[in-house]
Amino acid sequence: MIQIKLPEEEIAGVPLRNHMLLAAGILGTTGASLKRMLNLGAGGVVTKSIGPKAIPGHHGPALIPVDGGLINAMGLPNPSKDFVEEIAPLKGEPVVVSIFGGTPEEFGTVASWFPDAAAFELNLSCPHAEGYGASIGVNPRVVRECTEIVKTYNKPVWVKLTPNVTDIKIIGKAAEEGGADAIVAVNTVKAMRISTELRRPVLGNVFGGLSGKAIFPIAVRSVYDLYDAVDIPIIGCGGISSADNVLEMMMAGASAVEIGSAIYDSVNVFSEIAADLYSEDGIPAEEIVGCAHV
Amino acid sequence: MSEMPEIVTITTVVNETPTVKTFVFDKLFAFRPGQFCMVWIPGVDEIPMAFSAANSITVMKVGDATEALFSLKAGDKLGIRGPFGNGFSPSGKVLAIGGGIGVTPLFTLAASGEVDTFILGARTREELVFADDLAKVSDLKIATDDGTFGFHGFVTGILDQIDVVSYDTICVCGPEMMMKGILDRLVAKGIESRGQFSMHRYMKCAVGVCGSCCMDEHGLRVCKDGPVFTGDLIKTGEFAHYHRGPSGRKE
Ligand SMILES: Cc1cc2nc3c(=O)[nH]c(=O)nc-3n(C[C@H](O)[C@H](O)[C@H](O)COP(=O)(O)OP(=O)(O)OC[C@H]3O[C@@H](n4cnc5c(N)ncnc54)[C@H](O)[C@@H]3O)c2cc1C
Ligand SMILES: Cc1cc2nc3c(=O)[nH]c(=O)nc-3n(C[C@H](O)[C@H](O)[C@H](O)COP(=O)(O)O)c2cc1C
Ligand code: FES
Repeated sequence: MIQIKLPEEEIAGVPLRNHMLLAAGILGTTGASLKRMLNLGAGGVVTKSIGPKAIPGHHGPALIPVDGGLINAMGLPNPSKDFVEEIAPLKGEPVVVSIFGGTPEEFGTVASWFPDAAAFELNLSCPHAEGYGASIGVNPRVVRECTEIVKTYNKPVWVKLTPNVTDIKIIGKAAEEGGADAIVAVNTVKAMRISTELRRPVLGNVFGGLSGKAIFPIAVRSVYDLYDAVDIPIIGCGGISSADNVLEMMMAGASAVEIGSAIYDSVNVFSEIAADLYSEDGIPAEEIVGCAHV
Repeated sequence: MSEMPEIVTITTVVNETPTVKTFVFDKLFAFRPGQFCMVWIPGVDEIPMAFSAANSITVMKVGDATEALFSLKAGDKLGIRGPFGNGFSPSGKVLAIGGGIGVTPLFTLAASGEVDTFILGARTREELVFADDLAKVSDLKIATDDGTFGFHGFVTGILDQIDVVSYDTICVCGPEMMMKGILDRLVAKGIESRGQFSMHRYMKCAVGVCGSCCMDEHGLRVCKDGPVFTGDLIKTGEFAHYHRGPSGRKE
């Protein structure tokens, strides 16, 4: 297998310790758990998505493991502004603050609370929160406006996209026009399960989002498409669970990756992958980013 | 990986006390004492519950979901995910201390013959859960807050009367202030790592992914790294100071 070198420069404006970040919403609710994931080998961490007001989230079941992945409908639970104090001890660490809102103005308000963020990731892609996430992230104009507003806070802005659109390239270009420093692709894929015995949907919210190995091919395809459409870096996300998956994402066009659901199998997934992926005499990652484009 | 909820049918409902009921169902789950499951009350919510036997849960009515559970009868269905978590790992001479509904996971430990001495606490006599069964399998000592049965006061009052250092493992579950009183006594004697405390935090996924149940200061997940933690792991941090609610806000 190919091995690569650790990054020597910032990626998409953030000094990452390796090419793998903890994805938003996975063990990202407390400062202590984010710190733990950095200690366990994450190259950077993305927080739980923080919004303009505190939300308890959907009723359970909120997450169900299924064959090849997880389906969740957490409903963007978040402590809102209280989160500022939560991550204050992490100042100076590679912590990307994921934010959401129902309007560009709300995105701006939430961004204004976090002067110490290493970067912002805009959640324009959660598939199970009405009025937020994907319900506004399918509109290129809104995506551009949200990006523009958050850009005024002088931090790198990463825009996270939903795969539940006809053409992800159009949304990616809108983010780039708005001044985004990177595109993160992808969020979960809209999905549901039904209990045949109870004849009703399992999730409290009826439908949710699928993540994990099952969506890896969808994520690779999304990154591949975007690489042709935009010039800014792409962060690949969705179903990554091995060093070979990281390389495949890079070959599709990703400069770095985010990993979430693989935590289900092992909380040590970052150091496990790093042991296979990195070598001092490995090749620079830049040599393989996008190399599969034919 | 698939862990869709297992649908069970309630066969019997036992009234344990005015606020506690046991729901027996038609399927068996292989669990270790201290492990828990997520109980799906269709149309309402999904909440964590310790197993009180391989085919039952024992529930105290405290809010919406438990109230909905209390309205269910034999023949009604529930979804069960689990077992989850680490459970107790007792060795040598074992002391168990349970307060209120926290007796449930310790009851299964005692029922499997692992407990030498059991200190059971409740607010009042009629809220004592599993007392008759516990007396058959352990040396049972009872405390009630109002003195209507046994020692008049808290379980820590009984603890102060016995030689706690003679026990190799001290398993504890109950209200956090009660557990704090016990941990303080173990710390004073330098034996907090012999204490195994079953923690309660707000759970959503129960499989160690969402972060809802994480505790300060180590960021450990109660659902996956716990719910049972040794005293040395929790003596600093948020224990007995605060916890986080469903939004992640400190309460
Ligand atoms: C590992 C574990 C084992 C448990 N075992 C038992 C048991 O054997 N018997 C028993 O009666 N109770 C047990 N509980 C507590 C039980 O989960 C709560 O009493 C129940 O969730 C209350 O739900 P509610 O909707 O009725 O109450 P609500 O009105 O929603 O809330 C009342 C309180 O219940 C707690 N609670 C509510 N939802 C959750 C949730 N999803 N996760 C954690 N806490 C919640 C909160 O502390 C809240 O303040 C256990 C909890 C944990 C974490
Ligand atoms: C429990 C859970 C919570 C999530 N919460 C968020 C969130 O708050 N914001 C967000 O942008 N994405 C969220 N996601 C999506 C992930 O960040 C990621 O995009 C998706 O899970 C695909 O990656 P994976 O297959 O590696 O998990 C969540 C995913 C899961 C499983
Ligand atoms: S309940 Fe989700 S991590 Fe513990």
